[in-house]
Amino acid sequence: MNRTDALDMVRESISRVIPDADIAALGLDDAFRDVLEMDSLDFLSFVEVLSELSGVRIEDEDTPRLTSLAASADFLVARAVT
Amino acid sequence: MPSLGADMDEGTLLEWLVGPGDLVHKGDPVAVVETAKSTIEVECFETGTLTELLVAPGTTVPVGTPLALIGPTAEKAEERRPVRHVPKKGKPTAPAKPAAPPETAPVPVPPVPSAARQRAHIEAGPLVRHFAEQSGVALETLHGSGPGGRVTRADVQEAAAARAAPGPPRVRATPLARRLAAELGVDLTTVRGTGKESAVRAADVRRAAPGPAAPASPAPATPVRPSVARPSAARPSEDRAAAMRQAIAGLMSRANRDIPHYYLSTTVDMAAAMNWLHEHNRQSPVGERLLPVALLIKAAALAAREVPELNGFWTDDHFSAGEGVHLGVAVSLRGGGLVAPAMRHADTLALPQLMAALKDLVTRARTGRLRGSEVSDATITVTNLGEQGVETVFGVIYPPQVALVGFGRVVDRPCAVDGLLGVRPVVTATLSADHRATDGAVGARYLTAVARLLQNPEQL
Repeated sequence: MNRTDALDMVRESISRVIPDADIAALGLDDAFRDVLEMDSLDFLSFVEVLSELSGVRIEDEDTPRLTSLAASADFLVARAVT
Repeated sequence: MPSLGADMDEGTLLEWLVGPGDLVHKGDPVAVVETAKSTIEVECFETGTLTELLVAPGTTVPVGTPLALIGPTAEKAEERRPVRHVPKKGKPTAPAKPAAPPETAPVPVPPVPSAARQRAHIEAGPLVRHFAEQSGVALETLHGSGPGGRVTRADVQEAAAARAAPGPPRVRATPLARRLAAELGVDLTTVRGTGKESAVRAADVRRAAPGPAAPASPAPATPVRPSVARPSAARPSEDRAAAMRQAIAGLMSRANRDIPHYYLSTTVDMAAAMNWLHEHNRQSPVGERLLPVALLIKAAALAAREVPELNGFWTDDHFSAGEGVHLGVAVSLRGGGLVAPAMRHADTLALPQLMAALKDLVTRARTGRLRGSEVSDATITVTNLGEQGVETVFGVIYPPQVALVGFGRVVDRPCAVDGLLGVRPVVTATLSADHRATDGAVGARYLTAVARLLQNPEQL
């Protein structure tokens, strides 16, 4: 998985959970959870979708790393390799 | 017009789900009503034959206004809910419509019941119905495997499991589009979205709706009813936000004026609960993971059963205990505002069921499809402001309830543990209670129970 694919998956996962979200306006380093006012249920759904799309199992302990688009993509790339 | 919460004075009838001549049963959704706070499916409180609709869609009437007349049913009382789900009226998918041509009707999956199945006679015992309700499974989407097509507990279990399993990728769509799709029998996966990021919009769904937009010809089997269109424009969102503010303002002013609140707080050690939760989540598919809030809600519900003095209503200068623990869950809405629908019999739900019920309740609260019983039946309410990062919340009680439980964020704090200093996850649990109904000692007993229950998460 390259970083571009990973970024696409992160964006896709967010927009599935919050269909009205303006993903294009979201900066790579924005804390999307705050920007989009995702609560823990939304965030759990996001993790669910992202896990499903990427095939990467995301543990509870990993979720603090999923803060921004960039950080989430980096996480996916690193985890997919190992 | 039923009172759907203490803050409601009037409601707008948006849509009838039944028509004259239909058999209706206590608990059946019969109409859709818009209040200042949300759109709600109103359930019937009588069983009988609907003889006349008294209020036309689009009309706003005060609470207490009769909406329809129900006469004693001519048929055997034993008859089992033959019209549990009556076809919605004035919809292009009227039952008379012949099978749609294949290119417009690829509808393969159960979530959209076909007109035929909607009308089908659903055989299921009360226990199975209850179980289905608990599991969030719609009976009418099931094929009964029991004798005579009767729906069995196993059928429900299977459906619930299928529902919990990761489903097909969710189609991007606006909430209104989703609701319309369900109502019009449109499979969202087949609709081309024209919205942002190809999201499906309501207009796309309308275009994709099978059949003519013209009024459908009535089925021979169904009584002819005047076609009732839903008012095309619901209240604009700004009005809606203002109305919501008004409703909250009125109710909270009354609560603060009438209820002599007392407040208690305690810090609960969450180490056992969080360890158990992490272990559970490590072993579960992502779709079955639990959030800390599920444990907190369950503990709050069980404690309400232990301390029934806090579970019920203060009306006419006395306390009446609630029948069952229906836990109101405060849900903040994206456009601002708040609703606190009830999770019915929350104390009897196993954690995975409770988690599923919570997801379902929050989703429906935000898309405006709550049931009347959910918005009016809560016996005690929980607010979980941990989401917003705060540690402590002292809430205002929802009249006529007599207690409100608050949870803050689970945070790591230095604690004295067995005579040593340790870092433990803790949560601040608070109780706002009505001093007319109880005294501090009762409230203390409640919070102590919550704290104790959270020490044995495996028993929640």
